[in-house]
Amino acid sequence: MELQNMGFFTSLVLIFISAAFTDNILLARFLGMCSCLAISKKVDTSIGLGGAVMFVTASTTAFNYLMYKYVLVPLDIEYLRLLTFIVIIAAFTQLLEMIIERFSEKLYYTLGIFLPLITVNCAILGIALFMLNKPYTFWQAFAFGAGGGFGWFMAITLIGGIREKIKESELPKGLAGPAITLIIIGIMSLAFVGFSGMLKI
Amino acid sequence: MAYTPKQVFLNGIWLDNPIYRQVLGICSTLAVTNLLANTLFMCFGLIFTTALSNFTISLLRDYIPKRIRMIVQVLIISCYVMMVDIIIKALVPDIHRFIGPYVGLIITNCIIMGRAEAFASQNKPLLSLFDGVASGVGYSLVLILIASVREPLGFGTLLGMTLPARDQWWHSWIIMVMPPGAFFMLGLFTWLARRWLVREVKS
Repeated sequence: MELQNMGFFTSLVLIFISAAFTDNILLARFLGMCSCLAISKKVDTSIGLGGAVMFVTASTTAFNYLMYKYVLVPLDIEYLRLLTFIVIIAAFTQLLEMIIERFSEKLYYTLGIFLPLITVNCAILGIALFMLNKPYTFWQAFAFGAGGGFGWFMAITLIGGIREKIKESELPKGLAGPAITLIIIGIMSLAFVGFSGMLKI
Repeated sequence: MAYTPKQVFLNGIWLDNPIYRQVLGICSTLAVTNLLANTLFMCFGLIFTTALSNFTISLLRDYIPKRIRMIVQVLIISCYVMMVDIIIKALVPDIHRFIGPYVGLIITNCIIMGRAEAFASQNKPLLSLFDGVASGVGYSLVLILIASVREPLGFGTLLGMTLPARDQWWHSWIIMVMPPGAFFMLGLFTWLARRWLVREVKS
């Protein structure tokens, strides 16, 4: 399948699905593991962080795309991309935090505490960097960011659910905590490997 | 708090190892350990960045305003990461094609931010440099260990050289070089390392 030969919406949907399932950012590309291991103890905090990450990823990927395509490439300073991307992400989360704090106190308390964690979440910078390797248009880049963010949201919520259950059981010494979580993620990732090859975008 | 260099070194490598004790920097651990050669370059990049960014942040620690210190730290770190990126691209373009995005992600590697925040912002520059090297070496040891299990089991090679058993009776476990293998290996490793540590502390 070639992206150029597809309809506008078909290509967007396919990119979204492939970014969320066949190329899941957490389970196949290993990004955002640190905050995932730290936060996924409960379902509701997982949903909170996942939602925030999804939103920030979709928006900053679009911003970064515009910045790369219309500022860095014309000026011939692509090597500054890392610096530019991280500044955009940090500035965007900071701005978002201020806006949320101003407009909705309730949303601030559910989402606000996660926002500082997002700047150092490698999934967001990672999606922006992977996007550069692909010949996407603006809306396709947006779909890629949104799909990647959704994939991360889904994975961390599922892991949170399993960890809530496993808290009741008695584990061998040393296995509790990060070790068992990594093994659970391994089994989940095994399931997601089944999706691979379905789509190649 | 005063640390002796020896204490700092032991903490970084073993007692407070960034990977299995503090559970930081997991992403790159999982991603680059399918081939030992990739791992070695990644480790070089990480030691370089942790050491020098720790040193710089410690030098500037009295001049950085508290409120914006995160963004200043990120900027310092990303300058060093860009250097590493350019060096690796110039030296080994083939490896860079695979680990390129992960080299960029050293910026958000929590080990570096963690060390900057916990150590460099409170200690003297040279000691911080030392701490950075120690954490980097602790990270590298774990990565090299994992990679030298995954590559032979998954591809039947070590550093790109074919092991003799592969052509005779060994069938490669492809799963070891796919994402699930990485999770299982790191999970098992963390389990064993923590179990061993628990026993040591008790006795």
